[in-house]
Amino acid sequence: MNQTVWKKRYSFYLSLLVLLVALGLLFWLEVNKSNYGMAVSVIQKSLVFSVVAVSMNLLNGFTGMFSLGQAGFMAIGAYTTAILTIPLSRVDGVYYMKGVAPWLKGVKTTLSVLPEPLLIVFALLIGGMIAGIFAFFIGIPVLRLKSDYLAIATLGFSEIVRAVISSPQLDRVTNGSYGLKNIPGFGVTQAGGVLPVGAGSLLIPFFFALTTIAFIVLVINSSYGRAFKAIREDEVAAEAMGINLLKHKQLAFVISSVITAMAGGMLAMYMRSIEARAFSVTLTYDILLIVVIGGLGSVSGSVLGAFVVTFAKDWFLRFFDSPLVIGGFQVPFLRMGFRMVVFSILLMIVVLFYRRGLMGSSEFSWKGIFRWIRRKKEGVETTKGEMIDYPDPPPAKPAPLIPDPPGAPQEGGRDER
Amino acid sequence: MKDKPVLSTQDLTMQFGGVVALNNLTMRIDPGEIVALIGPNGAGKTTAFNAITGVYPPTNGFVELEGKIIQQGFPKGKMKRLYAGENAGKYTKSLSLTPDRITKKGVARTFQNIRLFKNLTVFENVLIAHHTNMKAGVFQAAFGMNRKEEEDMRKRSWELLEMVDLSDVGLEKADNLPYGKQRHLEIARALATKPRLLLLDEPAAGMNPQETQEMGDFIRDIRERFSLTILIIEHHMNLVMDISDRIYVLDFGRQIAEGTPAEIQKNPEVIAAYLGVEQ
Repeated sequence: MNQTVWKKRYSFYLSLLVLLVALGLLFWLEVNKSNYGMAVSVIQKSLVFSVVAVSMNLLNGFTGMFSLGQAGFMAIGAYTTAILTIPLSRVDGVYYMKGVAPWLKGVKTTLSVLPEPLLIVFALLIGGMIAGIFAFFIGIPVLRLKSDYLAIATLGFSEIVRAVISSPQLDRVTNGSYGLKNIPGFGVTQAGGVLPVGAGSLLIPFFFALTTIAFIVLVINSSYGRAFKAIREDEVAAEAMGINLLKHKQLAFVISSVITAMAGGMLAMYMRSIEARAFSVTLTYDILLIVVIGGLGSVSGSVLGAFVVTFAKDWFLRFFDSPLVIGGFQVPFLRMGFRMVVFSILLMIVVLFYRRGLMGSSEFSWKGIFRWIRRKKEGVETTKGEMIDYPDPPPAKPAPLIPDPPGAPQEGGRDER
Repeated sequence: MKDKPVLSTQDLTMQFGGVVALNNLTMRIDPGEIVALIGPNGAGKTTAFNAITGVYPPTNGFVELEGKIIQQGFPKGKMKRLYAGENAGKYTKSLSLTPDRITKKGVARTFQNIRLFKNLTVFENVLIAHHTNMKAGVFQAAFGMNRKEEEDMRKRSWELLEMVDLSDVGLEKADNLPYGKQRHLEIARALATKPRLLLLDEPAAGMNPQETQEMGDFIRDIRERFSLTILIIEHHMNLVMDISDRIYVLDFGRQIAEGTPAEIQKNPEVIAAYLGVEQ
């Protein structure tokens, strides 16, 4: 008993320690942005994508709804945030082709009384709200569909959003196919203030990711989250247990869409300039990839997946894109674009060896790591997919009489039952 | 006179395409009774369950729960032309509640082929069934503002598991339980929705005589403890004759007999349906 109490406090302090170290590291990186530009940029993108991945996981991994509308909701959030936060002085420059709609200019003039940080928060919330309203009304017909049909319907919605945004009729609001630029980025850009240049460029996305992911985790761990999981497991049984399918699916859909749209707003701030083309189906697939690599039904898996995929794709594998000459011998294949080949091969390897993603459906916990290390030391077979807290580690499995053929699924491992 | 029936059906008919799966089922179940629904395979027993619990809207007829209609239908559209049952034109209203609303009104059920939330723990399975009676909204629940309610739900779930002897495997995955325990868990989960009427679809399927006997005692036990009314589909005749107060017999969707176990055992039509008759 004493030991568990001590352990609980131990994991709390450990988390606090890691958080503080992370905060320190992020702050150090952002004030030295000029030297570590690549790292800062990749971390920003990973943070934004981890939020989208977690909210997609809420739908696909926890509620069992195969939805592919992420790009559309991100576009709604991104455009709302962009339109509302482009500085008033630069609006005319941005809408140089057709000019800006007078009502929009009026709205922006009214809003310009807000200080910039507040304006950004306001814009993100409005973006989330608009996406939430869309999700609510689209959910009514669409969420009656199941699996592939739901995927097609949401995909269609996402494409419609993209098409509408880039349509010439909306030129004076969304700037049509010309895209929007001069969107304020994260953090302090001008020298001479109280804070050094670059301050906040990592901490702002970090706190954004922390709060939104924490909210989703709280929902998942609540009674509603359990209802979502019940729907994923068996819709008929869930309904027979008194769970209103449409209401709960819609709830998950709206929460996921609101947070996806807010992350879309953050993505607009990360990219500084956006165009409708960026929010095509490919973006949804990128996120789906992250969710699957991380593990359907694991929040920590999605976060891990976002970092692993973004770091690999945008940074570590860059090496493969530039020609390399060793002692007068040019290494073959290394040229622009080869990175994506290597990336795809790595993906296949990951999917082959971790069929249910890096984390399966289990969550990261200090306790789990301790147990894992302890068992490794004792040479007892580990069960990584374990979610159950045994008072003592379960006894070692007796050796099977017939040895498993190589590649056979290990008991208690990550394989599908 | 007896009290108002807990459940009654009137001319309840289900037709799928040209097949009349359930034809004019008229039955009543009084408070505290254990009523069995028996019949050869394909007689329409599970269809009756599905029509009562709202899985399908009935083709014709109605279902009443404690005097209030919960399911009612009449042949519409293409069915108007295809309808092969009786009493066409007798009903003109249609009303169909979704299964979750019927569960909320106090009807819980189990399934013939066990439908547990397999990848969740035994405890979570029961806990989820408490969700339907929860009052807190999603924000309240997420931010822990319903702590008392949540703790209460957890406590009652453990109590239920204690009662069905599953508390020692409460943190095990439901899928890992042996078959008999899964059946018990399904009943415990149904009880967690606080039903007044419990529909059991073949609770003793695949059990040996000893286990069947235990299941019978268990069903009687929960009827007392939760003051339930029970409608049960079962093929183990020993169990049916042992526990039920009254029996309805279906054959090819049609109700062929009704009565106490002793009456049913002597009924020539029932014997014919089960054993066949020489022409």
